[in-house]
Amino acid sequence: MNDKTDMERQATAAPAIELKGISKAFGPVQANKDISIRVMPGTIHGIIGENGAGKSTLMSILYGFYKADKGEIFISGQKTDIPDSQAAIAAGIGMVFQHFKLVENFTVLENIILGAEDGRLLKPSLAKARKSLLKLADDYGLKVDPDALIQDIGVGMQQRVEILKALYRQADILILDEPTGVLTPAEADQLFRILGRLRSEGKTIILITHKLREIMEITDTVSVMRRGQMTATVKTAETSPAELAELMVGRKVLLRVDKVPAQPGDVVLDIHGLRVVDEKGVERLRGIDLQVRAGEILGVAGVAGNGQSELLEVLGGYQTATGTVHVKGQALDLTGKQSDGQSRRNHGIAHVPEDRQREGLIMDYHAWENTAFGYHKDPSYRSGILMNNAAIKADTVEKMERFDVRPPNPKLAAKNFSGGNQQKIVLAREIERNPDLLLIGQPTRGVDIGAIEFIHQQIVALRDQGKAILLVSVELEEILALSDRVAVMFDGQVMGVRNAADTDEKELGLMMAGITDADAKIGV
Amino acid sequence: MDYMTLIQLLDSTVRLATPLLLACLAGLFSERAGIFDIGLDGKMLAAAFFSAAVAAMSGNVWLGLLAGIAASLALSLLHGLASITFRGNQLISGVAINFLAAGLTVLIAQDWFQQGGRTPSLIGGARFNPITLPFADALEPMPIIGPLYAELISGHSILVYAAFAAVPLTWWLLYRTRFGLRLRAVGENPAAVDTAGVSVIGLRYAAVCICGVLCGIAGAYLSTALQAGFIKDMSAGRGYIALAALIFAKWRPWYALWATLLFGLFGALETRPDVIEALIGIKVQGQLLGALPYVMTVIILAGFVGKAIPPRAGGEPYVKER
Repeated sequence: MNDKTDMERQATAAPAIELKGISKAFGPVQANKDISIRVMPGTIHGIIGENGAGKSTLMSILYGFYKADKGEIFISGQKTDIPDSQAAIAAGIGMVFQHFKLVENFTVLENIILGAEDGRLLKPSLAKARKSLLKLADDYGLKVDPDALIQDIGVGMQQRVEILKALYRQADILILDEPTGVLTPAEADQLFRILGRLRSEGKTIILITHKLREIMEITDTVSVMRRGQMTATVKTAETSPAELAELMVGRKVLLRVDKVPAQPGDVVLDIHGLRVVDEKGVERLRGIDLQVRAGEILGVAGVAGNGQSELLEVLGGYQTATGTVHVKGQALDLTGKQSDGQSRRNHGIAHVPEDRQREGLIMDYHAWENTAFGYHKDPSYRSGILMNNAAIKADTVEKMERFDVRPPNPKLAAKNFSGGNQQKIVLAREIERNPDLLLIGQPTRGVDIGAIEFIHQQIVALRDQGKAILLVSVELEEILALSDRVAVMFDGQVMGVRNAADTDEKELGLMMAGITDADAKIGV
Repeated sequence: MDYMTLIQLLDSTVRLATPLLLACLAGLFSERAGIFDIGLDGKMLAAAFFSAAVAAMSGNVWLGLLAGIAASLALSLLHGLASITFRGNQLISGVAINFLAAGLTVLIAQDWFQQGGRTPSLIGGARFNPITLPFADALEPMPIIGPLYAELISGHSILVYAAFAAVPLTWWLLYRTRFGLRLRAVGENPAAVDTAGVSVIGLRYAAVCICGVLCGIAGAYLSTALQAGFIKDMSAGRGYIALAALIFAKWRPWYALWATLLFGLFGALETRPDVIEALIGIKVQGQLLGALPYVMTVIILAGFVGKAIPPRAGGEPYVKER
């Protein structure tokens, strides 16, 4: 974008992609609502938004995986129908999915020609692809070993294969869905260099991410999505991480939770130097130090995917880590040998997981069965070696009443309750055990307004009983409404801890965007 | 053991290995495409009955073969419908096909022929008869090579030669053609095939159909070449042994040939306890040999002899996700 002719050409040329009024609903959930977007050729356009904002749905529509309920797609000014992936490929669209679509025990070359062979026999196709691959490698700096097996090469290289696959099919428009999620920082830098090269060769790139740094670093224009809607499209040069963070997190009706000032007691949870490396070798937690005292709520804020989930998983006992964690002075085992949900419960930890449908409940089981999970060895739930089902059911009925679960029917399968009532079942199970420490992730995700208030009251009530609470939420407002202190996580680290009374969304938003503590104070 | 005994033993190995080989290749096509098929046995049984029945009624073994293939193909499509279109459980569908075939063949046989669930004995043109290869008679008197050619290589039915020819053909199809590349890919990662713009469902149906045809030939061989007519449960678990051979062969065509020949040899030895006694000096129960294929498969699966990695997407219905 450095010379004028380029700018002029862009102003006159048809956009490479134009979406007009795209809407898509899955049942009652409106994943995309009236989305319009224009992407000029030879630019990198970022689409940013939190998990579940509808970015991937939008791109799946563009790649023919879903059909939009409403709206039109124009490719280079031509109205184009994209009923399937074949049509998308024909229209010159290539997609690099977050989870690669490669055949592990095929060679690079075989993966590249799959579906784009030149004839019935493989030999000529492979020979031709080998030649094109060399040329592509030269043109774009994408070097790969064509005869290596996918399972033997690293993720960075696998991603290159995905990009080459698209280029081999003559894609002019490249969509990358969270491309850096699986990459190390060095690999990510390399990817950005490649993307820059592709742009200079005239390719149009759409980059989907929830990382602000990437948007600022590489894109020309950026659109922000929130809850299925496109909230803004701006030139990257004319915006700032702070503005984008605010657009992403959004502002809605202020939540109010009535609560008295906290009376913090002794330290209950003491985390020191906590590190987690995932199976791909990427460091997810990079030295976390946090303390939670009795009678206080520590809120952990951050854009999803910055290590909050891993933190909960370690504390919940199903992710190994290094570092130390003490609960009421006792060290937790983090190696995986004696770390499981049961041992954590023995330490007085209760856990309301982030994903209640996968980790908190068994959806096909009845409410009363779900109530017993994890506590099924409780003497009051047993008679001899058998389960005392009648006692569990009676207890469930009482819990349902106290937590206002509707309908109060213990024999209903978990999946038949609404999101809010499912959450109440989990909450009732965990809170009523009188834990010293409650871990709670995304307490009100997918929960209706009425239930949100109730759940918040329960959390505050537990605090007022002198319990320690670690709250993880991507909803900044929820964090501010509930927490006594707020820790902000970014890229596996704690950016800083603030007293909830002394901070605001603006400051936290900056910290969530990875702007350092010191910078945030100056107010960049 | 003298030379002629060895030749006889190997000759019967080839005969017994043929249906296993055909069924094993059938399973290979299906499983390489990601569709587990425990119903090989049922398909063979159905094919055995219908080919014998039609051959008996028409007197033409080729019509019988076609009928056998059609019957097996119909069951294959049923399996495809259940496991591809309706995304059902592939094992359950396969088991159902086995039961269906076991029951229906006897029922229909009784209704059509009233011979206690068998077909009439096949004679003449209603059977696949041995083919004498050129010069077999001329070469026979020669030492070593003579009996080898005349007894072991010559004198089998056309289906035996077809089965052995199917091995290089399968290899070529799988590793040298576009269809093979896609077929293998769909069993490993159907999402890769789907995003490349190729129909997962179409490929899987194609694989299941090839499986049906090969099972049909295997079944027809049982009743019109190996035996002369259909009897109840005549597949005798060969479909399961073929599956064991498939695992033993690590889902590869040439290995499938060696695996089924080995299992065929066990079968041949089972009928010649005298040979084993002469060889190792102990009397061995024939049933023990019959169990060997299964024992060896368990050993293979336990990872003692290399690693048998099944197609990664095997057994899982494909559901499109973003």
